[in-house]
Formats: sequence, structure tokens, C-alpha cells
Amino acid sequence: MIQLKVNETQQSFNGDPDMPLLWYLRDVLGLTGSKFGCGIGLCGACTVHLNGQAARSCMTAMSETAGKEVTTVEGLDKNGLHPVQKAWMQINVPQCGYCQVGQIMQAAALLNSNKKPADREIDAAMSGNICRCGTYQRIRAAIKAAAEEMA
Amino acid sequence: MSVIENVSRRGFLKGGIMAAGALVLGVHDYSWPLSGDNPPQGTNADRATLHPGIFLGINPDGIVWIVAHRSEMGTTSRTTLPLVVADELDADWKRVKIEQAIGDARYGDQNTDGSHSIRSFYNVMREAGATARFMLIQAAAQQWGVPATECETNLHAVVHKSTNRRAGYGELADASSKLPVPPKTALKFKPKSAWRYIGKGEVSYDLEAVVRGKAIYGMDARVDGMVYASVERPPVLGGKMKTYDDKEALKVAGVRQTFLIDPFQPPPAFQPLGGIAVIADNTWAAFQGRKKLNVSWDNGPNEAYNSDAYQNELRETSHQPSKVVRNIGDADAVFSKGGKAYEADYYVPLLAHASMEPLVALADFKDGIATVFAPTQNPQAVQDIVSKELGIAKENVICHVTLLGGGFGRKSKPDYVAEAAVLSKKVGRPVKVVWTREDDIKFDYYNAVAAMYMKAVLDGKGKPAAWLQRSVFPPISSTFDVNAVYGDAGHLQQGWTDIPYDIPNLRIENGPAKAHVRIGWLRSVANIYHAFAVQCFTDELAHAAGRDQVDYLLDLIGEPRTLDFKGVDYPNYGAALDAYPWETGRLRRVTEMVAEKAGWGKQKHSKGTGVGIAAHRSFLTYVATVVEVEVSDQGEVRIPRVETVLDAGLVVNPEATRAQFEGAAVFGASIVRSGEITATNGAINQSNFQDYPVARIKEAPYQTNVTIVDSDAPPAGIGEPGVPPFVAAFCNAIFAATGKRVRDLPITKLGLS
Repeated sequence: MIQLKVNETQQSFNGDPDMPLLWYLRDVLGLTGSKFGCGIGLCGACTVHLNGQAARSCMTAMSETAGKEVTTVEGLDKNGLHPVQKAWMQINVPQCGYCQVGQIMQAAALLNSNKKPADREIDAAMSGNICRCGTYQRIRAAIKAAAEEMA
Repeated sequence: MSVIENVSRRGFLKGGIMAAGALVLGVHDYSWPLSGDNPPQGTNADRATLHPGIFLGINPDGIVWIVAHRSEMGTTSRTTLPLVVADELDADWKRVKIEQAIGDARYGDQNTDGSHSIRSFYNVMREAGATARFMLIQAAAQQWGVPATECETNLHAVVHKSTNRRAGYGELADASSKLPVPPKTALKFKPKSAWRYIGKGEVSYDLEAVVRGKAIYGMDARVDGMVYASVERPPVLGGKMKTYDDKEALKVAGVRQTFLIDPFQPPPAFQPLGGIAVIADNTWAAFQGRKKLNVSWDNGPNEAYNSDAYQNELRETSHQPSKVVRNIGDADAVFSKGGKAYEADYYVPLLAHASMEPLVALADFKDGIATVFAPTQNPQAVQDIVSKELGIAKENVICHVTLLGGGFGRKSKPDYVAEAAVLSKKVGRPVKVVWTREDDIKFDYYNAVAAMYMKAVLDGKGKPAAWLQRSVFPPISSTFDVNAVYGDAGHLQQGWTDIPYDIPNLRIENGPAKAHVRIGWLRSVANIYHAFAVQCFTDELAHAAGRDQVDYLLDLIGEPRTLDFKGVDYPNYGAALDAYPWETGRLRRVTEMVAEKAGWGKQKHSKGTGVGIAAHRSFLTYVATVVEVEVSDQGEVRIPRVETVLDAGLVVNPEATRAQFEGAAVFGASIVRSGEITATNGAINQSNFQDYPVARIKEAPYQTNVTIVDSDAPPAGIGEPGVPPFVAAFCNAIFAATGKRVRDLPITKLGLS
């Protein structure tokens, strides 16, 4: 039995310990905000926070989540919208939107550790997140807007 | 704002996998099939108090329901068409609710493809709004005993200024519903000066739901009692299963059973590819079970397909005289005079769509009715193929359209939905088929691999005296007709038969090529390889003639005129030529404007930097693009800046339009940098983003500036026209920066690093 917290709610899991966190979130808990994009950690659509750090949930086995705190987009901000989400709306980042939850979770983790990232740092932090619609320049602008909001 | 949300998450948090009970997908603004309804009359718009037509309804609470009948994959069709209704209705956008239509022929064309949602439905949407506004005004005038001509509307209300009376749309809904629906000829449209939303635009109706992670894509669709499926398909197109062993697969925890899916009968069209499906309690178990299958295949004749050899075949064909699809003057007579001829071979490989949401569909076949939830660009095509596969009437296929996590043309081909429907019938439960990324890359309908041969002789001023262009590619029609080998007019029109150059001797040809994979349309389609060849060859000739690229391009486009397509099979993207003539003056204007925006000729370019230009009309929109590149000593290519100017006629949603052209530059960057699908012995070599990379943040243009020409011409395409000129301009910029010509895409073959 694996004990973990998901969005501050205690959960226990006794299925296949090799099952990636992504499928536990989506198929078992019904938290479908985190997306399946590649299954091998190459696209970032499944990004969640594991003990506050950005993690690819498609590559995180349930066994690795024991005793940890998982935050998904559904739990990113208890009070409504996180500054990153607000900036995403203000800059009108999404097109199809499928990758954007992963982008937002990655950006929120970046701003947790770096209050005012430079372009180079944004590019480095976001390089694992693919957007096929091509919203990158807005993502960069939104991260800067969120950084100002959070300053 | 969220109209589609999962209302049952708490239930899942409490329960295990799949508790029994009611339908749990909370798509509460969707209609549900009611038995005996034919066609389904289930939208909120249909049920509203005032519902003068299929696209909208108004209730006494003042809520206006607008039906989005086209799919949302990121272009904002789902927002922008309702915005046109709302404008002509003079409605308050905050009091509009959008509901997504199921697949239903009563809405007309629903295939969200070909960049024509606005073009084809702009007038329909205006009429829908104007009809309701007409009735609301009539009702108010009757209540007040004043002539309707004295009444006007002002944001969700009818007003009579001289008596200072005002009635909200909600108050008038009941009275106006008792009035006759006016004929179209009675409608009065708002003047442009009174437009609230058209030309100003709005953000996506789903924006907040998307950033909250509450938007429901096909991948997120759930119904109670559903099981998951992953399908092992024949690796070579047309292959058939020889033997299979599922013993180990069935031992995987969570795996329930396996089912065979029949191979298709050629042509493939939208049929399932066949194979063996693993049915499981969750996606992971289905994937794991599938890995334990042991299957052997009879690959069939396409096993002989190898991309390297095929490329040589295409090239050889492109060097032979072929079918002439357009001719002006006598190019051969000029060539035979023996002046210096410039020749170039261009090549673009197969390209995959790689939408961020892999293909997925959920189907529930019960009591002779198939209910499906799918991220589809074409719900009526879903009805067609599912009805065929299950042997039921088209009306008994209820196709709910979720949001699409990208589409780019792939999701208008519903083979994946047919798989889900076939499996639901076999399993006797709702089945969700989830494609892996590997499936998505390996079983695509690829954009055609294409070889283009170009030849020109220049006159004394450096302008082409004769020009020959010959393209060879396996046509899309081969997916529907196994014997098709030549490009059809619908694809030859895409930047090939409509080359806009003023050249006295011009011959355009197309050669035959047999397909060995499914060929389909991908964002911009044949324009990608045609514009690449024409616009890069133009750049080569400008260089040969010692001319400035912009001057040369303008010189070739020639004086402003309307192209004459007499005797040419030129469909003009399905639009009438008198409404949408091919006007070279508009291409000139965007070219001149983009050169000015980019400061063309004013910048000094140091070693390793350069700019390139290209201009192209596709989907009735005129676009010119300048790309700036920096190439490091290590061969790394950066794109600091892109300038794009477009003339798409009337633009309803400028903000969404800018976003589409920003995205088109990134899509084009992926094609140029790394877009390449190849086959060995008939099977696709690539599988995921490690071997089919798409542009990441550093590889995308740093800044794309989009300028929209103010135009009163009728609306044209937005989603696709940005890609072709970007691809060519990027390649021309690489030449300017490095002196290396890009003739074979992608540039991994160029040896920059």
C-alpha cells in the first residue's frame, strides 16, 4: 500500500507500483488536468509538482510517490487562480490548450525557485515542454508577467 | 466560463476504478440522444424560448445559446463564429453561452479543415444573429405600439429612443417567439461602424477552463463502465496478422481480454487498420498488456517500400516529361536555344502531424446506437465510417465533439474513432481507445513526400524568359483510390498551378507516384512543398541575377492584375473566382509591407546572420514573411525575429489571427529543422519526440510580429496560410547566413553542425 497526498488529500494506492503517477491521477482519481502526450518524459504535458518540484508524472512510478505530496493543476491554487494562470489568461497564451497545464506547472515551479528568470533561464526551464501550436513567445511573456505579479 | 467540465471527480476520488452508475462525463451543455428524435433535437438553442434557427436560442433569463458546429483545435472557430452571431444579434458576449454541436448534417459542413470556417459560415452566422434581432425588434415595436423602423438595439436590449423605452432580449423572448421567422431578404445587417466584436475579436471562450485544467479533450472523456483499449496494428500498411499469442498479455493485472480487429479492404480511407486490441481497466494496464503480445505479420507488398530508394524514384520521375497541368508560351523553345539554364531539385519528406493530444476516442454501442466522444475535426465523417463499420444508420451514430488537443488535419480522418466503435460492439461496454505517441507517429496519414524539379533561363535583365516546374508526390487521393498516382486539382492548385509570376514561357507539370503509406492533408498541405520549391528557386535566381531578393520577387510577381485561369483546372479552394479573385496586387502589397517592417536592405548582416523573404497565397490569403537567422560556429540556428504581413480580407478575430501566424512560424520551424518521416521495409522508422522532434522554445522564433492588412475583401483562411512562406523564407535566410542552399528538407542534412 502506497500512501501519498494529492492536492493535500491523503490517498492510498495498492495497485501496480510501476504504474506511472499520470495514469493514477487520470484513470483512478479522475484528475484529468495533467495530460498524456508522449509517455516517456519528452513533452512535459504531464508535468505535476512532486514535493514542490516539477516532475513528469508519466515517468514517475507510483512507488516513487510514497510519502510524497503531489500537486496537480487542480490543486495549484486553493483560492482560485495562481498568478501564472492569471498571466496565461492575460497574455492569451493557449491555442489548443492541451499542453498548457504542463507548461503552467513547469512555469510555476520555475518561479518558485527563481523570482525573476532571464530569457535564457526561461528557455532552459521550459525546454522540456513542447507546444505544437507554437505559443512559446507568449509563454515567455506570460512567465515574465507572472514574475512581476509575484514580485 | 467553463462549459465542459468533469462533474464527477469527487466520485472518482472516493471510488476505485469505474464504479457503476450514471454517465459521469459532465458535458452538460451537450445534447443527449433522445430515442425517436431524428434528427436529434437536443441543443439548448433548440429548446430555448426564441429559436428562429438551428444556431441560436434566447431564453427569458436573457441567456443567448449559440451553437458552435465546428471543432475547436486551437484556431478559435468555436469562439469566433459565435462571435459573429453575437455581433449581428447585438448581444452582450458575457450573456452568451456556447454549446458544441454533435455531428449532424443539418448544420451543413462540419469538417473543420481547409481554413474555411469563417469564410464558409460568416454569412450564415450573420443571418442567424440578424434574424433573431429582427424578431426581437418586431416584438418590442408591437408591445410599444410604435413602428419597428423607429426601434433599434443596444447591447442585449431593444430601445425606442424618442419615448425612452427599453426592453431586454430576455423579456422579449416569449413575444418574439410567436412571430414569423423573417425571410432573408427582410434582414438588415449592422453597418461596419456598429460592429462590436467583428474585427475586434475575443479570447477563446474556453480560456479559463484550459488554464484551470478543466477543459475536456477527447483524452479526458469518461463514461461510467468504460474500459480502455490499446491496439497493436500491422506495422506495414495493408499488412495482415499471421499468428498471435496473448497468453502473457492476459496475465497482466488489469487486462481483461483481447479482440481482433479485421484488416481493412483497400483503399484504406478511414477504416481501422486492423490488428489486436488489449482491453483493460485502465490505460496503463492496456499499454502493458499490449507489450506482452506476441504477433507475427504478413506485411504484404508495401514491405518493399524504403524511403531512400523512393526518394531516388521520385527524383528520376521529376526529371522526365510528365503531365502538363498548365502552360503559357513555349518554355522548351527558349530552353532549346541553349542559354544558361538554372536547374534545382527540391525535396520534402513525409511529415507527421504529432498533435499534442495523441489520437483517442470513446465509443459506447448499445441498443443499435453508437454514442461516441471524440476529438474530431469532422463529426459527420465519424458518423459515416462508424455507421459503415457497425452496419447501422448514420442517424444512429451520435458523435459528441470534445475539444481537440491539436488536429492539423489528422483529426478529420476518423479511423481511430471507428476502432473505438468496433471494439465497443465486440466488448459490449463503452471502450476508450488510447493511441500512444508511437502509434500516433507510426500510423498517421502523412503529408506527401515530394520532389520538385525547377528549371529556368534568364533574359538580359535577369528575369526568367522560360520557367519549368515539375512536382512528383503520392497524392492524397491514393488513400481513397489505390490506383491514383497523379496530383488532383485540389492539391496542384496549392501554390503550383497558381504560380503568380509574370513569365512569358511557363510550363507546370506533375508526375506520377504510387503511395505506400496513407497520405493525407496536414496544415497547409501541398503548399508546404510547392512554396518551398518556388520561393527558394526564386531566391536562387535572384542571387544568380545579382538582384535584391525583394525587388526580384516583386519583379516576378509583376504588375497588379487578376490571374487568368482559363483552361486551367483551378478550384480556388472551392471559392468562386469572382468573389475571391487571385490578385497579384495584394501579394505585392504584403511583400512591400513586410520588407518595410523588417527594415529590408537597411540592416548590415554580420557573419552567420541573414534574412530571407518569401510570399505566397494559400487558402485565399496573401502572406509575405521575412525570417532573420543567426547561425553559430557550431551550426546552431537561432531565429531572433520573424515579420509576417497578411491580407486575409475581413478578419473577424485579429488576436486569434496573430496567434495563428505566430504558431505557423513555429510549425514551419519544425518542418525545416527536423520534419522527416521515413520507412524501412514498409514500416515507419520514427516513433516519438526523440526521433520526430518538433520545435521547442529555443528552436522557435524568439519574436514573431504579425501585421494584418485592413481589408474589406471577404474573409479568407487563417489557420494554414502562415506556414508555407515561413518555410521558404527560413530556408532563404539560412542561405543568406551560411551560403548553403537548402534543397532537401529537413536541414539536418545540410551539415551545418
